[in-house]
Amino acid sequence: MSAANLSRRGFITASLIAGGGLLFDLAVPMALAADGSPVILNAFIRILPDNRVIIGAKNAEIGQGAKTMLPMLIAEELDVDWAQVSIEQTHADAKIFGGQSAGGSRTTPREWLPTRQAGAAARAMLVAAAAAQWGVAAGTLTTASGKVTDPKTGKSVPYAALAVAAAKLSPPDPATLTLKDPASFRIIGQSIGGVDTPAIVAGKPLFGIDFKLPNMLYAVLETCPAFGGTFKSANLDAVRALPGIAHVLTIKGDGTPESGFDGVAILAKSWWTANLARETLKVAWDDSAVTNFSTQGYAAQAATRAQGKADADITRTGDIDAAFASAGKVVTADYSYPFLAHATLEPQNCTALFKDGAIEIWAPTQNPESGRALVAKALNLPPEKIRINFTRIGGGFGRRLMNDYMVQAALVAAQVPGVPVKLLFTRADDMRRDFYRPAGWHGFRAALDKSGALTAFHDHFITFGKDGKPVRSAELSPGELPAGLLDNVLLEQSFLATNMPTGWLRAPGSNALAFVYQAFLDEVAAAAGKDLPTLMLELLSKTAQVSQGANRPPFVTARAKGVIEKALAMGGWANRKALPKGQGKGFAFYYSHAGYFAEVLEVAVADGVPKVKTVWVAGDVGSHIINPINALHQVQGSVIEGLGQALAGQVITQVAGAIEQANFDTHPLQRIPDTPTIHVDFVKTDYSPTGLGEPALPPVIPALVNAIHAATGKRIRSLPVTTEMLA
Amino acid sequence: MAISLTVNGKKRQVEGDPAKPLLWVLREDFDLVGTKFGCGAGLCGACTVHVDGQAVRSCQTLLGDVKGAAITTIEGAAATDVGKRIAASWIAQDVPQCGYCQAGQIMSATALLSQTPKPTDEDIDAAMMGNLCRCSTYVRIRAAIKAAAA
Ligand code: FES
Ligand code: FES
Repeated sequence: MSAANLSRRGFITASLIAGGGLLFDLAVPMALAADGSPVILNAFIRILPDNRVIIGAKNAEIGQGAKTMLPMLIAEELDVDWAQVSIEQTHADAKIFGGQSAGGSRTTPREWLPTRQAGAAARAMLVAAAAAQWGVAAGTLTTASGKVTDPKTGKSVPYAALAVAAAKLSPPDPATLTLKDPASFRIIGQSIGGVDTPAIVAGKPLFGIDFKLPNMLYAVLETCPAFGGTFKSANLDAVRALPGIAHVLTIKGDGTPESGFDGVAILAKSWWTANLARETLKVAWDDSAVTNFSTQGYAAQAATRAQGKADADITRTGDIDAAFASAGKVVTADYSYPFLAHATLEPQNCTALFKDGAIEIWAPTQNPESGRALVAKALNLPPEKIRINFTRIGGGFGRRLMNDYMVQAALVAAQVPGVPVKLLFTRADDMRRDFYRPAGWHGFRAALDKSGALTAFHDHFITFGKDGKPVRSAELSPGELPAGLLDNVLLEQSFLATNMPTGWLRAPGSNALAFVYQAFLDEVAAAAGKDLPTLMLELLSKTAQVSQGANRPPFVTARAKGVIEKALAMGGWANRKALPKGQGKGFAFYYSHAGYFAEVLEVAVADGVPKVKTVWVAGDVGSHIINPINALHQVQGSVIEGLGQALAGQVITQVAGAIEQANFDTHPLQRIPDTPTIHVDFVKTDYSPTGLGEPALPPVIPALVNAIHAATGKRIRSLPVTTEMLA
Repeated sequence: MAISLTVNGKKRQVEGDPAKPLLWVLREDFDLVGTKFGCGAGLCGACTVHVDGQAVRSCQTLLGDVKGAAITTIEGAAATDVGKRIAASWIAQDVPQCGYCQAGQIMSATALLSQTPKPTDEDIDAAMMGNLCRCSTYVRIRAAIKAAAA
């Protein structure tokens, strides 16, 4: 075994495995943490005696494709055939694996370089072993399909046969590592199906809900319908007396939704039995502090706040008052949107086993380390006494960045040491204990000069917050376009109080802001006698870059122009006026999660019902589409999900502090007949690749409402779209 | 009360409450967890299985109602020719995203093709309408059914 510095804290070890084969443990510094210390990525590669290669997949898999994509990056630089590769899911430990969360479309930009470096380092050691064996310089050898070849002699040796020699070598100096020339990529850029697809199709037990341990008990959890209510008393003994019930116990929340609130857990061998017992359970909650919150109340408060002064300036540039005073035309409009649930199809669940002062957890989580910290606090355990295993995740969309269900499962399991417990939410629990996309209200004003040029832009965004700060996912970025593209901009926020937990829903912030900003700008463009793409291209021509704040790449106007022009060409924008009455095309552009997306959408509206026929999507996420088939699927899913937010009737409402909706009848999703034709194309630019889980979603909603306007002359200024709006 | 039924071609007996939904009998008593719980209310189709060849929602089907019936779950779906073609097509099109709804989708699609070997778009809409996919894999579901029918 050997180890050496890869850089400040990186190292590589290559060691023989019992029974033959070679294990590479490659620790590559991938970024600097907030405290300036390097974050290390550990990649595991095993080369088996038959030359098969096993690559550890370290990230949560929620259907975004990371479990396939990250090993592709390693396999590319290791220079093996994909057919040789099998994937093994690792457990969760940021100290070993670096970032493992699935959120913010950040996996691709985070991993693109270090993950390839890990593969290249392993390859370099195998080449060095062959070079030593043959007495030639490493630089004269080539690799392909898991073999090292000497082109001069034609001799070739499989990686597996180099295991013993490679394990004795000193790891390479990272300075000598060269990554492949992209022109010779053989795996990156190929369409590779999900590594779990065959197992999913066969119905194999992959998901958190499927995971079982011997003698496991199922738990259901009753909590106060109004968020934040505390436990007073309950008929626990009556429930304990029911047949088949193993335990009835209470858990104490810490008053935050992140750790889950107070609850009563019922445990049984059968989940169905445990859940049935809830009909007998009667709990008295103290909810006096939280029953005054309601959707109606928020709307009334928002209307009042819209008339007054805002709580906080987000961006104030130029002289807004002068610009409006001298405007040739002022356009105003009010926009709003509701709270939304995540409604992952697999309800929240978590399995936990507490034993001998330590806990092991099997969780469908997008964000294991935050769960570990919360569990450590709730159980008063050192973090190293908590082991977290990943399961496949039946949909994330940001819901499982929160770990309330993990903390709750841990709190229950800690009360029955030695007995594994699976906590499983019903659909109603899941919908009523979410971290919701916050509702919002926007009062817009725009000033046009005599020539129809946009000279000032003002948004008073009323949302939820506390102590002058927005709640999670209610933020407004100071760089929110068109800020940075014109001189006089005022973006400001006001905050209402709420007891609703809020959270990140796929393309958080953007999924709402794209709708209101791009729909309002469509109105502004119309008032100026042009179309939205013309207005956007005008604005984008004024500057090369707009800062998006520290640690974030700047917005590059040339990339935006590139996708806008592409989408217009794909969607036949120039001929849109030729459509018959009742049909129309809409356009929108949005930049989020470092991705540039322009979309054109064609809709037909009959009897107040919009039917989306075709969506054309042009995106720029950098120089490479790592796995084209998965990229296409992410975009298809984003487009249909966005349409669902606008058209399916999704809305979460609150009465007396509690959520009204409980299932898919009242919070519906798109169904198969609602599926349009979706054309997707990518503009490749010379930037490092970025993520695709989110940025295609936001623009589809404004493209839709702008198309509805083109078809009917009606402006949709609040979601969801209803037939009454189109009557 | 002991209730006998056939599951994926095997005779099975279960001691249980006749009011227990078939979904939970499959998942808990037979350890066949491929059939998924999504809504428990007949709204999502994740729990779809075949009862005597018909696609039904197992969360809405009580154990007492399937006495003596032949049940096929996702674990046994590829035993028929249609099931094999659907499975192969699902893999070829890489239909799943998170994958959670897919057992239900496949059971509905298999029932459709067994009854309607060459379905039109309208047939597909009608047969698959009750199966939600939160990840919106509908484009590929349609394509995979068509490819399997061809
Ligand atoms: S779980 Fe049966 S239809 Fe949803
Ligand atoms: S693949 Fe995720 S719900 Fe359908």
